[in-house]
This record gives sequence, C-alpha cells and structure tokens, in this order.
Amino acid sequence: MTPPSNRLLELTGVGKHFGGVTALADVSLHIHRGDIYGLIGPNGAGKTTLFNVVTGLYQLDSGSFQFAGQSYTRCKPHLLAQVGIARTFQNIRLFANMSALENIMVGRHLRTRTGIWGALTRNAAARAEERATVQRARELLEYVGINCAHQTLAKHLSYGEQRRLEIARALATEPKLLALDEPAAGMNATETVALKELLQKIRASGVTVLLIEHDVKLIMGLCDRVAVLDYGKKIAEGVPEEVRRDPAVIAAYLGGEAA
Amino acid sequence: MRTNHKSISLHAPLAIALLALPFIIDALFGHGWVRIADFALLYIMLALGLNIVVGYAGLLDLGYIAFFAVGAYTYALLGSPQFGLHWPMYVVLPLGALIACGFGVLLGAPTLKLRGDYLAIVTLGFGEIIRIFLNNLNAPVNITNGPQGISAIDPLQIGSFSFGSSYEWMGVRVDDVHLHYYLFLAFTLLVIFVSRRLEDSRIGRAWVAIREDEVAASAMGINTRNIKLLAFAMGATFGGISGGLFAGFQGFVSPESFSLMESIMVLCMVVLGGMGNVGGVVLGGVLLVALPELFRNAAGPVQQMLLGKVVVDPESLRMLMFGLALILVMLWRPAGIWPSTQRRREFDADDSVLHQEQETVYDASK
Repeated sequence: MTPPSNRLLELTGVGKHFGGVTALADVSLHIHRGDIYGLIGPNGAGKTTLFNVVTGLYQLDSGSFQFAGQSYTRCKPHLLAQVGIARTFQNIRLFANMSALENIMVGRHLRTRTGIWGALTRNAAARAEERATVQRARELLEYVGINCAHQTLAKHLSYGEQRRLEIARALATEPKLLALDEPAAGMNATETVALKELLQKIRASGVTVLLIEHDVKLIMGLCDRVAVLDYGKKIAEGVPEEVRRDPAVIAAYLGGEAA
Repeated sequence: MRTNHKSISLHAPLAIALLALPFIIDALFGHGWVRIADFALLYIMLALGLNIVVGYAGLLDLGYIAFFAVGAYTYALLGSPQFGLHWPMYVVLPLGALIACGFGVLLGAPTLKLRGDYLAIVTLGFGEIIRIFLNNLNAPVNITNGPQGISAIDPLQIGSFSFGSSYEWMGVRVDDVHLHYYLFLAFTLLVIFVSRRLEDSRIGRAWVAIREDEVAASAMGINTRNIKLLAFAMGATFGGISGGLFAGFQGFVSPESFSLMESIMVLCMVVLGGMGNVGGVVLGGVLLVALPELFRNAAGPVQQMLLGKVVVDPESLRMLMFGLALILVMLWRPAGIWPSTQRRREFDADDSVLHQEQETVYDASK
C-alpha cells in the first residue's frame, strides 16, 4: 500500500443515482500523484458520471472524495477548478464562437484578478495581467501543438485540434489533476499517437492525469494504474497487465461467463 | 479601442458632427426632432445596458424596463413636491443608479439557475411586478401617487445651471432640448466607454464564455453566479441612470411609461441593431426611435395626398410597419443590422447545425 500522502484523489464509497438508475455504487479508488490513471469500462458503466462527480457537475448521493488532503462532498465546479481539478468533455465543449486563443484565456480566469475597476481604468496591473494572459495562452497553444492562426474560431479547428484545445484550456487553470473524458475519441491513428505523446509530456510536467478511454491500446501503453467500472461498480483496479487478465474484466467486456 | 492616429482622424469629425447635430436637426426638421434625439440617447443608454445582459452574457431579460422605472422613480421621489424633497441631481442620479443596481442583483439572484425561455418569463414577471407596485403604492400610504404619477419633478440642474431652461451665449440661443442633448450625450458616451472596456476584459470574456457554454465556463473555474449577477447589476445600473435622466427631462413620470412594450422595444433595439456590438446597439436605438416618429409624421399626409383622406390611423400603421421591419431584418440579417463579429459567426448557416447539436447535448446532460 502507498502512503495516503501520495494520494492526490481518493474516492470513498461514492454513490450516485438518477431516479431508479444507479450510476455509481460504492466506488472507492485512489489516484497517486504524478500518475496517469485510466478509467475504463463498457458504455454506460458510469465513467462519465464519476467524472462529473469529481468535477462538481453532479453532487454525489453517498460517500465522499478527498482531493489533496481536503474532503469534499458537495462542491461547485468552479471551486474544484480553484483547488486544482480541470477537465475536458466527452462531447467537446469549447466556447465555439471564441477564438482558440480566447478559449485558453478564459481558462486563465481563475488565476487572474482584474475586476471591474481594472477593466475600466486599464491600469498598469490590468494591462500587465492581460499581456501575461495572452502570452500564457500562446505558449499553451504551442504546447499542445496547435499551429493555427490564433484568431481561428474554436469551431473551425479540426477535430483533433479541438480536443487538444480543450486540454490546453484545462491546463490554463493550472490543475493538479487533469481529467480527460475520452480525449482520443474520433481521432485517427496519427492523432492518437500525438495525443499519447502530449499526455506523457503533461505527466512529465508534474500534472496527474485521470483518463477515460475506450482505446485499450492507448490505456495499456500509457497508464500507470487502471480501474474498470461496470454497471456503476468498480470490478478491478491495478496495473494494466493485471487488469487485462482479470476474469471479471474479461467477462464484462465479452459478456457472460467467458472466464 | 486603442488610441492611434487613425482613430483620432476618425473620431474628430465624429465628435464635431455629434456636437453640431442638435443645431443641424433643429434647422432642418425643427425643435420637436431635437427632443426626439434626446429620447434616442436615453433609449441608447437603456439598450446598451440591456446589451450587457442579453448581448454579452446571453441572459434573456424581458423586464429590463423595471430598472429604468426604478431610476426614474428614485429621481422623481427625491426631487419633486411629492415629499417636498429637492435633492440635487448629482446625489439623486448616482443613488438611482445604485438602487437600480440593487434591484438588478435582487432579480438576478433567484433566476441564476434559469436559462432561455424560463428566464425570460421570470424577468417579464419582475418587470410587471415593479410597474404594478408603482401603480398601487398610493395606498394605504401614498408613496408613488399611483396611476396619476408624479409631476413637477425638478429639472436636471447643477448648482444654478438648469438644463431645463434656455441660455444665450454669444448671440447663440441654446434651448433646453439642446442642453439635454449634450448632457445625455455625455452620459451615453460614458456608457459606451464602460461597455467597450468591459467587453474587452477578463470579465467580458467570462460573460461570453457563460453565453457560449455555462457548464464549460464553470468547469474552467468561472464563478458563474457572481459573473451573471455582475451582468445584471451593470445592466441595471445603466438603466437606472437613464431612468433618472428621463424623469428630470420629462418632469413627469407615471407607471404607464414602464410597460412591457417598452421592455420589448429596448430588446428590439439590441436584437435588431446587433446583439453584443456596441455600434449595432446604438444604431438600433437610433433607428427604432427615429423611424416610428418619421412614420407617424409621414403616414397621415401621405394618405391624405394619395387617397384624399386618412384611412388608417397613423398610430396603428406605425406598429404594423414596425412588425414588418422586424420580420424583414430577422429574415435577411438574423444577427442584426450591424452584428458583433462573434454573433455573426454564430449565425453562419453552415454552423447552425453544430450549434444546435451542442445545445441538445447541454440539455441532455443537465
């Protein structure tokens, strides 16, 4: 067992249901600092629900989670972003009519301070902050490998670029934990390879990554640890090799008593 | 907005034109039209305030005129024989703006979780509540004088200088409507300045982000509650200022000036002119004040000339033409006559499907 101090995110008995449907039932898991943690499972297993709970879009019905030593049960999304959880969305949710650069600048909102007074007077502090925001946004565009004109609208970017822009926007909030909901969905093989390299680069920079993915090859090649959800329950957890051989996992994916 | 030589060479003639405008209008069309120009400026201020709420933050507000009413009644109650109070303009105007701002927050707070149609209905109700309150606050204690309204309101006045009188400087006679024009112009320019500065700032970006995708905005760490309240408060403040000026200019306020029709009128200015674009909103304000007046003046004589008698009442024709104009603009320029670049992009035909898809996804995930 790892010492708890090394755990960035720890879920204890998390449950969530919608009416009669149990989306998550008593899920407990923990993510180590600096890891890429994979979350897999068949469609409808509750992966995105888990994401939404951890990022504050859903309030959990039972249990709690700890992030960086702090316990949360009910928390607003923007406060979780404040403490260092940033996310992307399964169906890309960029600010479609804002430019690529502006999208990332919105991500800087949290770490900048200019209020009404600064905006109206454009004093030295406000101007400096605005310059720094633009500068950081440019760096992040480059970091995730988008080489478009900065003024290109988010919705006019290619699909793969939109996915990467979402990651850049999330990184702009300076997260400790970056939660990616199927970042490789719809990408071609080349784009997936580039994504893999990007994720490794992000991990190397010290950001912990929580990854939902269907691309098993990507998960196995990238993740330090993996959890498998099925019908809202965690059925396996461990290093990718173990999980791949787990009979429960094989049953969940192939159906019936395959094992 | 950055000052450079190009913008100076562009702005100088504009400034001269704006300063000379009341005299030009007076010479060409007569006194009455300068008064209409004054009203146009008041409406532009209102429209710019609503533009912050609807255009930037994307919150459909159908009761916006309530803030105009709050500003107007604040001025009327504190500067008229109603309570025998005659507070000076430089106290009452800011106070009216502040109270309107408070009402903005008051309205914003319970509607934070509402969007689209639901928000529109609640704000519409709020606008009516204010109007009905003003209408009925004459009993048991007479505060607003009810439907009779408040009259003999103090003119806009700084020290002994009253905007409500005529002065003669160096042989040039400057009437009250001219003076009001300059006062309102100054306030309008201030409101434009504030709008533009806010638009192009961290706060303005947060408003647009909320309009684009509220869930993503909150996931990016934007405190959507505060930022939306800020939009309501800013918009209401502009409405309150405009209302105070209106009361001082008219000398009379009554609840019927603040009907739902007025809210819709202001919203039309924003939508027709071009949501989110300060220039477009100004244009919308000018057009929607000037064109109906023009039509009212022209409809009677034209009918007389063509048919020999007035068949249709110019007033009802006016609404007909107004409706027609709305439909035509929405058909041909759905983003408004002079839209913001951002809004125009949103209405690009090839993207509308994508946009729709995203909306659906949002609703499903809620």
